Amino acid sequence: MAAFQIHHQRFPHAPLHELLPPTTRRPSFSFVSKAATATGAPRNGVSINGLPPVHYTEEDPIPLPPGLREESMPSHVAVIMDGNRRWARMRGLPSGSGYEAGARALRRLVELCCKWGIRVLTVFAFSSDNWVRPKMETNFLMGLLERGLRNELQHLIREKVRISLVGDCTKLPKPLQALLSEAAETTKNNSQLHLILAVNYSGQNDLVQACQNIAQKVKDGLIEPEDIDKFLLESELETNCTDFPNPDLLIRTSGELRISNFLLWQLAYTELYFANSLWPDFGEDEFVKALLSFQQRQRRYGGRSS
Amino acid sequence: MENEKESLVDRLFGSSVGYMRRFLFRVLSVGPIPNHLAFILDGNRRYAKKWDLGKGMGHRAGFLSLMSLMKYCYELGVKYVTIYAFSIDNFRRRPDEVQGVMDLMLEKIEGLLKEESIVNQYGVRVYFIGDLNLLSDTVRLAAEKAMKATSNNDKSILLICVAYTSTDEIVHAAQESCEHKWHEIHSVMKPNDAQNGAVGEEERGENYDIKLADIERNMYMGVAPDPDILIRSSGETRLSNFLLWQTSNCLLYSPKALWPEVGLWHLVWAVLNFQRVHTELEKGMKQL
Repeated sequence: MAAFQIHHQRFPHAPLHELLPPTTRRPSFSFVSKAATATGAPRNGVSINGLPPVHYTEEDPIPLPPGLREESMPSHVAVIMDGNRRWARMRGLPSGSGYEAGARALRRLVELCCKWGIRVLTVFAFSSDNWVRPKMETNFLMGLLERGLRNELQHLIREKVRISLVGDCTKLPKPLQALLSEAAETTKNNSQLHLILAVNYSGQNDLVQACQNIAQKVKDGLIEPEDIDKFLLESELETNCTDFPNPDLLIRTSGELRISNFLLWQLAYTELYFANSLWPDFGEDEFVKALLSFQQRQRRYGGRSS
Repeated sequence: MENEKESLVDRLFGSSVGYMRRFLFRVLSVGPIPNHLAFILDGNRRYAKKWDLGKGMGHRAGFLSLMSLMKYCYELGVKYVTIYAFSIDNFRRRPDEVQGVMDLMLEKIEGLLKEESIVNQYGVRVYFIGDLNLLSDTVRLAAEKAMKATSNNDKSILLICVAYTSTDEIVHAAQESCEHKWHEIHSVMKPNDAQNGAVGEEERGENYDIKLADIERNMYMGVAPDPDILIRSSGETRLSNFLLWQTSNCLLYSPKALWPEVGLWHLVWAVLNFQRVHTELEKGMKQL
């Protein structure tokens, strides 16, 4: 309830454009970029944004919140960003405001992942099943994706975030397709955080296209049907663009207890965390709770007990 | 004399509990009942450790729990029940533990075929799902015999996943689909074309494209619809390579109880949640 009240104060029934953060005042994303020198090392002993100065050395551990252990942080986190429309409905706002708030929550999460050394973040931005939503809504979402990416691209480049896309991009509007390819191309050598956007993605379709590629190879005589094994299939999946293709932790917000056709094969051993809060309310505290839950789990992979 | 009196009291108690349970199921049936329930039977070893039982006794306790739950499911009207009995990953456990589970499975498969077993009581058809070639000959033959013996039953279906992982199932389905397509193409080719290795233009392109339906047809689990609820005991929330393909829109429920502790109330809770979500989903679809 407290979170709702805070949001209500900051975002009363205002026109849509006033709900967007003004471009001159970015959230703490800019704190990270100011703190980094050209070589990527933090600036020692300098007070930034009025906060107490921090002294880092190259060997210092990543500053994690209390309770989290660096050695058992997940390498790959996947997120189903559910609950934007419900968030807006609860506040009497149109769905668009919910999606805008969701975009802000995503920005916060990307920043936290960069800060805490998570290597890969996959976000379920749009499912193949979402096309059944009203056209106005899907058009808004596509526009928001394009606007958001265009606004954030330079920051992401500076933060050394690599952007990749999984999903069938041929159904997306052409300007968005072009922007996504440009973003992927420009950031392909970055290595701080690999942000994978799943747009028009479906886990089942990913597997079907992998099987089709393999069938093509069989037809071309490159492999025999008996050579098909799980490594071959994995290498044909769209998520094979990263060193850590399988998520360690999947977070789904808004209390829904299902996977909804996201990352099927890749979730074989993933720890699932279902948060009750809606996506726009998913902040640092909630993320820390999810990570704490992850670190407390015993992962046995079907084998011996630990 | 006392023994007879006790057993009469026991019987009366048992039948009144049964009566109340059936009444509860009648009430639940007012709402939608799931057609297919899947269970990951996790926590048997922890249960044995917790109660200081002997080696392998956790799995036996788990088996008793399974029989009760199956009975409740079929009484409730659930048509398909799938259980994750043994994963391909579980072969990596200690050899004596694996052997113990295999022995228990053999014993229980043979028990299934007996007259008074739950299978005959509820007209259950049994399928063994997985790569059965990984099992020892005795277990595999017993499984095949059980499948054949129950093939005429049609009231309910029990799918027992042994030597199963979802990734193995998908790879197998991909292999089968490729092989079928390959044979399809070669069977329409003329003999001289076959010698030259040429494939006509019509055979290329669409006909050779593997579709989602081809893969689903070749899945081991193709004999059943997708599960409505997946219940994993012992509080772990992960799929552990179980039914990855089939659970994409399935409700996931992970009670903290260890598998031998899972009982009627967990089932009732799962069904109530299913009914709540099902109604919301239907409402949502209507709004669209």
